[in-house]
Amino acid sequence: MAFIPHTPADVEAMLSAIGVSSIEQLFDEIPASLRVKSLDGVPVGLNEMQIGRLMSERARADGRPLCFIGAGAYEHHIPSAVWAITTRGEFYSAYTPYQAEASQGTLQLIYEYQSMMASLTAMDVSNASLYDGASAVAEASLMAVRANRKSKSLRVLVPRAVNPLYRRVAVATAGNQGLRFEDVPYSPDRGVTPVDALKKYEGEDITALVIQQPNFFGQLEDVDALTDWAHARGIFVIAVVNPTSLALLRPPGEWGSNGKGADIVVGDGQPLGVPLSSGGPYFGFMTTRMEYVRQMPGRIVGRTVDLSGRDGFTLTLQAREQHIRRAKATSNICTNQGLLVTAATIYMSLMGPAGLERTAAASHSRARELVVALTAVKGVRRAFAGPFFHESVLLFDRPVAPILTSLAGQGILGGLDLAELYPELGYALLVCATETKTQSDINSYVTALGEAVQAVRAA
Amino acid sequence: MRAQEKSHEKVIFEYSHPGRGATDQWPQELPAAATADLPQQLLRTRRPLLPEVSELETVRHFTRLSHLNFSIDTHFYPLGSCTMKYNPKACNQYAMLPEFLGRHPLAPESHGQGFLACMYELQEMLKEVTGMQGVALSPMAGAHGEFAGVAMIRAYHRSRGDLARNEIIVPEAAHGTNPATATMCGCVVREIPVDDEGDIRLDALRAAVGPNTAGIMLTNPSTLGVFERRIEEVARIVHTAGGLLYYDGANLNAILGKVRPGDMGFDVIHMNLHKTFSTPHGGGGPGAGAVGVSARLRPFLPIPLVGMEEGNRYRWLAEKDLPQSIGRLSGFMGNAGVLLRAYIYMRMLGREGMSQVGEYATLNANYLLSRLKNAGFDAAYPSRRASHEFIITLKRQARELDVTTMDFAKRLLDHGFHAPTTYFPLLVPECLLIEPTETESKDILDAFVSAMVQIQQEAEQEPERVTSAPHTMPVRRLDDVRAAKQLDLRWKPTA
Repeated sequence: MAFIPHTPADVEAMLSAIGVSSIEQLFDEIPASLRVKSLDGVPVGLNEMQIGRLMSERARADGRPLCFIGAGAYEHHIPSAVWAITTRGEFYSAYTPYQAEASQGTLQLIYEYQSMMASLTAMDVSNASLYDGASAVAEASLMAVRANRKSKSLRVLVPRAVNPLYRRVAVATAGNQGLRFEDVPYSPDRGVTPVDALKKYEGEDITALVIQQPNFFGQLEDVDALTDWAHARGIFVIAVVNPTSLALLRPPGEWGSNGKGADIVVGDGQPLGVPLSSGGPYFGFMTTRMEYVRQMPGRIVGRTVDLSGRDGFTLTLQAREQHIRRAKATSNICTNQGLLVTAATIYMSLMGPAGLERTAAASHSRARELVVALTAVKGVRRAFAGPFFHESVLLFDRPVAPILTSLAGQGILGGLDLAELYPELGYALLVCATETKTQSDINSYVTALGEAVQAVRAA
Repeated sequence: MRAQEKSHEKVIFEYSHPGRGATDQWPQELPAAATADLPQQLLRTRRPLLPEVSELETVRHFTRLSHLNFSIDTHFYPLGSCTMKYNPKACNQYAMLPEFLGRHPLAPESHGQGFLACMYELQEMLKEVTGMQGVALSPMAGAHGEFAGVAMIRAYHRSRGDLARNEIIVPEAAHGTNPATATMCGCVVREIPVDDEGDIRLDALRAAVGPNTAGIMLTNPSTLGVFERRIEEVARIVHTAGGLLYYDGANLNAILGKVRPGDMGFDVIHMNLHKTFSTPHGGGGPGAGAVGVSARLRPFLPIPLVGMEEGNRYRWLAEKDLPQSIGRLSGFMGNAGVLLRAYIYMRMLGREGMSQVGEYATLNANYLLSRLKNAGFDAAYPSRRASHEFIITLKRQARELDVTTMDFAKRLLDHGFHAPTTYFPLLVPECLLIEPTETESKDILDAFVSAMVQIQQEAEQEPERVTSAPHTMPVRRLDDVRAAKQLDLRWKPTA
């Protein structure tokens, strides 16, 4: 029980060495009135055979529907090698690499990860990861306040075309420290953030502008114009990007007409070998320019030498962190999402530049096929004109919810209903396809959608 | 030396050859027309620097890297305050069933009743073992849970119009995350001292509380490895002053099934599921920092929660259900896969297993403490029982032999033991914080004592053997100053 190895003889010998007569006696410093009476709310224990059966039943209840939802979490092919290695006990059951000599595996892996992320985003340096994409936006905003010495305002502009869940997390996380997140509208015809919408902030003190590429609608923003506008006014650019798309799209480090690029880059690393898994664990990534590295939150690994002059890896720049600076730290964060970084590093190694590019291109291509096929259904059209990456908003001539329910009954998750997040769009659905979807999957969706629309119309 | 030669592993980029790749993993190449609709000025012109390696090279490289790590699966890892207990394989296996892995976070509730049932029951079980009235699962690490907890304390005071309360009291031995969290929540930190036996000085506490007190953050048993014996009095003082009590669950393993934070008077707690409930540490994450609250803080819990309706249907509770919530702390619902592992662990242990955890963790710690004391080592709090961990101070060795705690720690690596936590808590000089956990056998604990005794002898007879340790690791001691001054944070090709 409880994976405890003690034999009765062990216990007796141990108690005798301590000089007590029972385990109970070891708790004699705790006031008797506080002792637990019962734990009836916890069921009796199960052995592995029993828990295996229970969990398999629970899993079956969730089924394996054909999924066309994206909205911040994307289904991609994950090579078997990724999790076969990630779940090796040497990675899975190690702790934060405080004892560098006994953690060179984890440390070197993070160094390789930092190298890959810096290059993918075309920035100078990466940290060892943050919790997820949403919290990374909050951390980036706090970092911008520290690093942008030209601004005192704590005002961060967040276009409405940025993932609305990210915006909520930023408010909940950084609002306590006085940051204000202000909406910027999107253009109703193209679903992107027009520079004109920023005009009203001319001459005001703004700390940072958040630019998501592709944005929440899947649409491609004019990142150069937005970056130029911000930089001309001393405003930091926080780029929020999808790592898969960066194999195809211009990296944030090169945004702007002078190629100066974004100041801080964040995003969710989930597309890089991490399963959907009901929303986590994922990881947030963050890269920046060298001049701001000391303002960056989270763990950072550096390469150095040992006493014999051999290369080795260690946590560095720890003077930023909570265990040293306590109340003055850059963040209270004291972990990264190590295991997910392990998976992502193995994934990026297997994909390489060519494989990742093919994944991005195939995702884009499948999404276009999906949109073409679905908009051929009567009463369905695109909400926005202009290019998109691997998801897009469709408009229906009737409420989306009953259609989605009908589709779900046929084992198809048709996308995300935007009625709550963007009521002004009307009957809008955000759909996504990646390289995992086949022509036959798309056909199944189209057929089922035709039937669902019929059924809803008849009802 | 030969061991070191063998254990060196090149950086993966050094295996790279243009044109090589794990091509079986890639989708088919598409004609250029597939992306021709994308505007030219938005496209990438230079490929990112990712390695071009075969699948076997990748597997070999990362497997070799794994060999350079100490881990629970390979080594005794008595890292104080981290609860490095066995992570049962079943927890991983059954959390990774394909339906769970493939489930989209925004999938409808009709395609999530199995997962939601697990989350709902996990909330209920955590309430029971902590004595709290409400639990939210979404915080993604201990520090994230702390943030949620202090944010709820602030929201509670504000909701009552009690706007002056912005001071958080923290004992001087607290984890560094406590003061950092208070700052992140816009609070001011006040530190208070502990007495010679490790208990909070009540006179200092009485002097510190007042109309500005938002709350106090406590770990119990404390970071000193001892139970705060006057916790009921501490609760009275803080509550009387109008403040709330925050329980840092870092040391919950010590009292699991024996005492509940809710019964001690705590209003809000976070639990490190990666400690007490044995989800993996993963080389530094993902953790999970579920929070529990008393009834008066329930409206402020972070969303989403899982609720149960008639007919045993489970559904998400979000903004509409909890309008006073402190909000969302993660894009979806936190580290769901980690939560599944904690659920499986709790169901396997069951109610009887819960109290065995606290009992045997405490037995192991007290046994190890007794043996080390008998072997001549100095306990920081010799008159006290150990909780699930305890502190040894090596200040005598440092003074008399010029061999420090760091030297002992590094030499332990040569003996095949991960070092205990060193130099924390800050107020005990030259300390080792040792936490064996309940899943270690007496044999291992005895072997650890033997290693400590041997190192002590070495420190007396040939100290340089200890001060230059480790000798058998992949690297010797690293130049941390150089690492911070000559920053090398990414690999670059030597052209």
